[in-house]
Amino acid sequence: MNAESVSPVDWPLDIHRVLEAAGIRQVSYVPDAGHAGLIRACQATPSMRTVKLTTEEEGVALAAGAWLGGQRSALLMQSSGVGNCVNMLSLVTACRFPLLTIVTMRGEWAEFNPWQVPMGTIVEPVLRLCNVLTYRVDRAEEAGETVQAAADLAFGGDLAVAVLLSQRLIGRKQWVHG
Amino acid sequence: MDTNTTAHHGNRKVMNRFDVTQRLVARLHKNEAVIGGIGNTNFDLWMAGQRPQNFYMLGSMGLACPIALGVALAQPGRGVVALEGDGSLLMQLSCLATIGTLKPKNLLILVMDNACYQITGSQPTATASNVDLVGVARASGLESSHWAADEPSFEHLVERCLAEPGPHLIAVRIDGKSATGSTERDPVAIRQRFMRGISTAA
Repeated sequence: MNAESVSPVDWPLDIHRVLEAAGIRQVSYVPDAGHAGLIRACQATPSMRTVKLTTEEEGVALAAGAWLGGQRSALLMQSSGVGNCVNMLSLVTACRFPLLTIVTMRGEWAEFNPWQVPMGTIVEPVLRLCNVLTYRVDRAEEAGETVQAAADLAFGGDLAVAVLLSQRLIGRKQWVHG
Repeated sequence: MDTNTTAHHGNRKVMNRFDVTQRLVARLHKNEAVIGGIGNTNFDLWMAGQRPQNFYMLGSMGLACPIALGVALAQPGRGVVALEGDGSLLMQLSCLATIGTLKPKNLLILVMDNACYQITGSQPTATASNVDLVGVARASGLESSHWAADEPSFEHLVERCLAEPGPHLIAVRIDGKSATGSTERDPVAIRQRFMRGISTAA
């Protein structure tokens, strides 16, 4: 978090409350600075098992396995990870697995690193091509309700849904220390 | 073509996949879940008996282990077996790091290593020359990782790994024989049958 993103609404904690209330038991992640607060909150929640992934597609498979085993899972990643997931999303579509993923965006508003731009700008069309529905969050007060809507749709309808947390919401990238 | 000649194997016997799969299935007495990765490994699992606790993953190469991990975390009281070929495991080697970190007690990975991408024309994999998958697994934190020396050794390892806290990995050198049949492919039917088989769907 940084000064620019300070808001009266603590959106990572709003998302955490929604995930907990939705009965999410496995939270997998490839870390991103934008997800740091949510990851910490999930790690501190006894009903949630957090799984540190090596690569995002592993999380797609883990979510499928969790559902097979009777649990709900959420996958946290940065937008660059969407590209890593493409082939694994075949599993989700073919078997009609629910998938809830929350993606912190890079490569858009106030991006300083041009290497992030090519993937960042194609996240939405790539997800749609892979049959993943996308909800975008630009304002802090919308984060909780949007994740709630996505969870309802994913687990109620056996659908894949991605919530994209925009770079404007997250704020300018700052390296997280400690 | 048999590419399974790597020097690090010494006297380890080259076994047959279908035979070994049958020996595994015969030792599943507690409704253990089995997640089959793609390819001939999957087909021989199907031919060894269509248990409702088998999930047949036929599309996304390399992720039988993380699917099995999700099941194992969700159902800690049930034994879960991930069945993979060497090519599939090589594609997602880093899943061993994740499993080595979490150390789920109820997970057994079984690797059928024929040292080649058999289904695409038996092109050699890296295990044909330089990779020892048991060594990789041990170095990733799966201390209970073993090569089966022969069929009796395999049976003993399976029984021990199903009885003792894991995670475990057993690797088997297998020959170049084709699978004995092929898996039916309806993905939704496969998912629903498995979920009924482990009581997570009505």
